[in-house]
Formats: sequence, C-alpha cells, structure tokens
Amino acid sequence: MQIKILRSETNTHQLYTLPAGEIPLLNALSYIKETQDATLTFSAGCRASVCGTCAVRVNGREELACAYKVKSGDIIEPLQYHPVLRDLKVDKHKAKETLLTSTAWLHSTQEASLTPSDERLSETQTDCILCDSCYSACPVYAVNPDFLGPFALTRAYRYSADKREGDMKNIIDNIQSNGVWDCTLCGECTAVCPKGIDPKMDITMLRGLSVQEGYNDPSFATQSFGTPDFGGGGFGFDPNAGF
Amino acid sequence: MIDVLIIGSGGAGLTAALAAKNAGASVTVAGKAYPTNSQTSMAQGGMNAALGNVGEDHVSSHIADTIKSAHGLCDEEMVQQMCEDAPGTIAWLERLGVPFSRLDNEKSGTQTIAQRQMGGASAKRACYAQDYTGLKILHTLYDTCLKEKIHFLDEYYLLNLITEEGTVKGATFLDIRTGKVKQINAKSVIMATGGYGALYHGFTTNAYGSTGDGIAAVLRAGGAVSDMEFIQFHPTALKHSCILVSESARGEGGYLVNEKGERFVDELKPRDEVARAIFSQIKEGQRVFLDVRHLGEAKLMELLPQEVELCKLHEHVDPATELIPIKPVAHYSMGGIDVDTALEVNGIKGCFAVGECSNAKVHGANRLGGNSLLEITTFGKVAGENAYKYAVSVSSKAADDTQQQKDAGEIEALLSQKETANFYPYREKLGNLFYDKVGIVRENDQLNEALNEITMMQETKKEMGISDKSPTNNQNLIDFLEFQNALLLAPTIISAAIARDESRGAHYKVGFEHEDEALKKHRVLQWKKEETCK
Ligand SMILES: Cc1cc2nc3c(=O)[nH]c(=O)nc-3n(C[C@H](O)[C@H](O)[C@H](O)COP(=O)(O)OP(=O)(O)OC[C@H]3O[C@@H](n4cnc5c(N)ncnc54)[C@H](O)[C@@H]3O)c2cc1C
Ligand code: SF4
Ligand code: SF4
Ligand code: FES
Repeated sequence: MQIKILRSETNTHQLYTLPAGEIPLLNALSYIKETQDATLTFSAGCRASVCGTCAVRVNGREELACAYKVKSGDIIEPLQYHPVLRDLKVDKHKAKETLLTSTAWLHSTQEASLTPSDERLSETQTDCILCDSCYSACPVYAVNPDFLGPFALTRAYRYSADKREGDMKNIIDNIQSNGVWDCTLCGECTAVCPKGIDPKMDITMLRGLSVQEGYNDPSFATQSFGTPDFGGGGFGFDPNAGF
Repeated sequence: MIDVLIIGSGGAGLTAALAAKNAGASVTVAGKAYPTNSQTSMAQGGMNAALGNVGEDHVSSHIADTIKSAHGLCDEEMVQQMCEDAPGTIAWLERLGVPFSRLDNEKSGTQTIAQRQMGGASAKRACYAQDYTGLKILHTLYDTCLKEKIHFLDEYYLLNLITEEGTVKGATFLDIRTGKVKQINAKSVIMATGGYGALYHGFTTNAYGSTGDGIAAVLRAGGAVSDMEFIQFHPTALKHSCILVSESARGEGGYLVNEKGERFVDELKPRDEVARAIFSQIKEGQRVFLDVRHLGEAKLMELLPQEVELCKLHEHVDPATELIPIKPVAHYSMGGIDVDTALEVNGIKGCFAVGECSNAKVHGANRLGGNSLLEITTFGKVAGENAYKYAVSVSSKAADDTQQQKDAGEIEALLSQKETANFYPYREKLGNLFYDKVGIVRENDQLNEALNEITMMQETKKEMGISDKSPTNNQNLIDFLEFQNALLLAPTIISAAIARDESRGAHYKVGFEHEDEALKKHRVLQWKKEETCK
C-alpha cells in the first residue's frame, strides 16, 4: 500500500510504502517515522479521538489521523489556513486568539436548576475537542483571516445557552465583528467535524440571539438596501424595522 | 521574575494556575503541547465527591473507601482533606460552567448533578459528563484560564529544573518550535507533568506523552520520588488498540465474561483484583470480553457514546449487539514525586508537585476510579496557593545561566552526533519488557532480568541518537528525550518492585502473595549528590 504525504521542506508529495492491512492513519505515520523516515513530522496525543491533536487533511478532507483508516493512494496534507510549522504539524495558536475575542466563558455565574434537557442543549457543543478541522474547512478564511470561526462561535453559543450565564449579552456583543454575520452558512464545518458538532446551526442560533439583543446583519444593511447609508456605517438604521 | 512557574498544562496545571493567579501571583504555564491536548482530556468515567445526589453517601464513606483501596499506604489526613474538599471542588467547577450530566429532581446547583458507581466505591459517587468527563472539565478550565488571562507557553519541553543549594530557581526548556534552549526564572515552581504509564509503550491507555518527564527532572535535580512500583492496570482496555473502555461500563451494569460465556469475577471490585482475575483467565488461554449488550443501544448511547464509537472504530464490534474483546493494560501511576502535606517536593525547596506526577499519598497501593480528577482539581488549588505563599517570602535573585548553557550544549551534541542505533525499536522493547516482566503479576527472577535488560539498554543508549537533524520542530528529538526519561525512571520502578517482597494493591508478587506488615511503608528514592550530575 502506498500513500503520499506533503513534505514542507520540499513542498512535494512524498511517496511512502506501508504493509497491507487496515490501520489508523496515525499508526501508519508512526510506522513511517519509526522505521523509514524519522524526519516526517506530525502531532499526536491520545490516539483515541479526544485530545484534538492529530487532525490532518486526507484527499482534501479533514480527518483525525487516529480515527481514519488509511487506504492505498491516500494523499495526506496539513490543515489549511494554519501556518505550517513542519510537514503535517501546524500552528494552532490562532485558536486561543479567536476564543479570547469571542469571550467564550461564563461571564457572570448564577445558580440555576439544570435538568437533563438543559444539559442536552449544549451537550454536543461541549464535545468539541478543539481539533481545528472546522477552521481548516471554512472558506471564509480564504478571504478573511480575522473571522472568529466555527469552533469559537460554537463555544460562544455553548456558554450563551447555559442557564448559569447571567449576562449573555456580553458574549453576544463580542461576536459581532468578524463573527456571526461573516459566516456564509455553507456548512463545510459541520460536514467535517469528527464529533458531530454543527457549528453552522450554532451560528444561526447566535444570529437569532444577536437580533434579540438588537443587532442585525451589517452586510444586509448595506447590500440589500444599497448605499448611500446615512453616514453612520449603517448605525441607527434598522432594515428590519417593522418585522 | 514571575512568582509561580507551572510546568504542565493538564487539569492539575490549569487548576494550580487559576488558584495562584486568584491569590495574586504572576503566573506562567509552560507545557510541551497545547493545554487541551493533555491526557486529562481522556478521562471518561467521572470524578468522585460524596454529594449523595443519587442515594445516600457521606464524606466518611468516601474516605473509608479510599483508605481501604490504598492498602495501608496512604496518608489518612491527606485523604481526608481531599474527600472533604470534594463537594466544594465540584461546586467550584459548577460555577466555572462544567457541563455535568444532570438529574431531573427539581433541585438547583450541584444537587442536580448525576452520579454513578465506580469500582471500589460504596455509593454512586462519581460526577460525570456522559463519558467525556475529563474533556469537559479540562476545556472549561482552559476557557476560564483565558478569561483570567493566564500566560501560556505552549510547545515548551521541560529539560531540567534549576536549583541552588536545594532551592528551586526556575527551569530550562526546549522551545520546540525554534529549537532554542530557554531559561525561565521563577520564585516557585509547580510540577504538573502527568504520570509515567507510557513507559508501557504499546500496553497502556495513556497518551504518548505520559513519559514521566517531570519526575525524571526532579530526580536529576536532587528531589525524591516514592512508591514507583505501584502501577495500576486497568481491567478493560480494547484488546487490539489498548484504548480504554471506562469503568463506568461495569458501573452501569456491564459484565465480564470469558470465551465460555462465564462470569468469573465481581465486576465492581477494585481495579487490581479485577485486572488480576482477567489476567489469570488470559493465562489459562481464555479470551475475555466485556458484555454490555443487555444495557440496550439507547442507554449505551446516552451513557457511553464515546466508547461505542471507539469499539466500532478500533475493534469492529458494535457493543449493542456484540461482545467487546478486552485486556488489562497499564493505566495510572500511583507513585511519583515525593511531596509533603503542603505538596512541596521532598528535597527541593520552593518546588511543588501535583497531579499524576506527584505522590501526595492519597491513592496508596491502588487508586479508586474517579479519585484522580478529584486529586488534580482539589490539590491543584492547594499547590497554586502554597506556591504563591512561598513565592512571597523569597528573594528574586535570578540564577545564572549555567544549567541553560549545559542543556543547550547537550541538545547541540544530540543534533550533531551520528546516530548508529535507532531508538524507536528500543522504546517498543521497553514497553514489551515492562508488560511482560514488570506487569500485573510479578516475580523476582523476572524483575531481576528486567533490571539487567534495562542496564544493558542504558549502555546501548550511548550509541542511540536521532537521525532528524533539524533544529526546529524536531519531534524525533522530543521522542528521544522522552525515551531517555523513561529509561531513567525504569530502574526506580523495578528496584522498588524487587524490594517489595509482598503483595499489596496493584503490586502482586508470586511467592509473596500476602501483605507484610513490616513492608507497610513508602519506598522513597533519591539520588546521591554525585549521581545527580549525569
Ligand atoms: C484513558 C484514561 C481515562 C481516565 N479516566 C479517569 C476517570 O474517569 N476519572 C479519574 O479520576 N481519572 C481518570 N484518569 C486519570 C486522569 O485522567 C489522570 O490521572 C489525570 O488527568 C492527570 O492529570 P494531570 O494534570 O496530572 O496530568 P496530564 O493531564 O497528563 O497533564 C500533564 C501535562 O504536562 C505536560 N508535560 C508533560 N511532560 C512535559 C515536559 N517535559 N515539558 C513540558 N510539559 C510537559 C503535558 O503536555 C500536559 O499538559 C484516566 C486516565 C486515562 C489515561
Ligand atoms: S458554515 Fe460558516 S463557519 Fe461553517 S464553514 Fe461555512 S462559513 Fe465557515
Ligand atoms: S467543532 Fe468539531 S471540527 Fe471544530 S474544533 Fe470542535 S471538534 Fe474540531
Ligand atoms: S491523537 Fe488525540 S485526537 Fe487523534
């Protein structure tokens, strides 16, 4: 069985031969590193789909290396829109910045009576392992590197949906610029998430909460109603008035 | 100079960071990966606290169960402190927003948290978040650290502690990205680098990085380690991949059966007993399975969604309709850095240790499931606060760069030296050797053989090296440094096991099948001064 891996030093796809048999991609990468080419560089941790370390692209689609079974002819590449540090290893520090900007945490805790159905409101969202797959799949990054991105918004939604949050507006305020309205709702993030999370839906929910808090789609204001606006970049003009 | 340097960014490190920061300290957390990549993310089953939300429970029962499982090797006051603090720690995590699984009981706050039974517990005591308990606690701690603007240095690999006259002054790191050796000066240091289960390479539930780096660094710096022989084997890891199936599968009513379909052990006994029962079945040529079919698909998906998926992925079985093939593998290291009741390292002033890397003497000879997440969060807080208290009282005169120069020289030598032997096969060999000869059932002859083989491997190490010569992002180099640490810890485990001519908890020795009152003591190891310089 042969697979190709994009090597950063040469920027070419290098061919590696593996013994036949069904194994996780991560085992294949380790096998190559241990027996053929110690310079092949990738990241891994738990090998059980839960630490989020090992995401890569296989044939153009995001996969966890520890959960994907290699097939002959597979082409393995690093995640997109992340600076490549070496081979399949990328810089994931952007995650911290987008989480910081989204202020995805409890702002003002209040005691609440939580039930199993309350827990289910954000159960899937809290399964997020910060693997960065959705970020790599999101086309908005091709044009706007400042976009807060799917997982940060999913996390913001998770806290805003938590009954223990006493000041949800804080979170909503912080995800307006380069946030909920910049998503094209294409659903690529949802398609690749290894944990079955639906960031697109979470973003839609956040849009709803934003409208409740008095925000509206800034591009809608300029696109649908055209310019000129009234000198305030759309401020003070509510195209949804009367809805 | 910063007040508190925390090394390791798992659950223990993040809790310590929040506590130290809250107390007023300036804090830096340095870890070899990103915080959310830590092994803490893997904890599935739950975290103990006697809340009594599901049936009666008391702190005193939690204490009694823990002491019983420790087989006389714990510090009862430490156990008491941990168990008493447990409900408060759960309340703290609840305030941070941990999404625990809930009961529908019309109560509020922590009283709505669901609890399940784990092995060795006399009540339903483990709070959980489906089977993602560690993941959800770790990520909530991380989110809170971002909120509190904790300073992180990611991909910083600890090389050595810097000490002067037995007092810690900081530590040296390899900045993995740039390949530069950096020195961080600090008034106090907290080790939170996790356990050494990954020594059993290929036969462990642990993450790749649990190689005991922090414990090895403490030994090199003159600190003490203790109870290194106590390695817990988890009864139910998937047979082929060694991925864990949480104990809660048994807690929820799963059975263990052999090929003939017979049950052969009470599934809710402590891990050491269940692991040995399975091991003896396997020795008799039986295959062993976990049977959860009777729980039904709906319940399995609700309680153990992660396990169901992992079984399908790695063993090609659907637990709702098929038996899960399992075997016991190394899971948790009870021993580690020897600390006093303030969690200060025995032998190094100003240095504290918490979490799986430390031996706070709460688990003794056998840890109860659900007590480790509890330990890292309750004692993480204690370590953070004590480290800051210490930092306030010491001078801020920085150490010189002797250690940094020395370490930089060693890294440079590794990068320039010719590799004659690939170390990866040795890493595998070490794993096999440990599983076979320092495993679930031990024998003195085999332990001695293992010690000889380790000595030989240490000799060969001089020829081993790395073939990747890149100064930056060199994972081959990191793997090798981790392997060196594993080799350094290996003899401490084996020699402690040889010295313990008895069976106690996870340490079981043929010919010495009973507990020996005279050996009811901790085995503390420390290098002599001359040996500390390698
Ligand atoms: C599969 C599995 C399931 C488990 N389930 C449960 C459970 O249900 N309940 C329970 O109570 N316990 C459970 N445990 C045990 C528990 O998860 C661990 O004991 C606990 O999470 C350890 O936390 P820690 O913070 O001490 O270490 P870790 O989470 O291992 O963190 C160690 C940190 O140190 C860093 N580090 C290591 N070496 C270096 C170095 N050289 N330089 C810099 N940084 C370094 C790592 O990057 C990491 O950030 C489970 C363990 C496993 C493996
Ligand atoms: S739905 Fe939005 S966030 Fe998701 S990939 Fe598309 S643009 Fe990005
Ligand atoms: S939302 Fe899914 S794809 Fe995105 S980081 Fe989280 S787990 Fe990964
Ligand atoms: S190695 Fe942890 S998710 Fe793949």
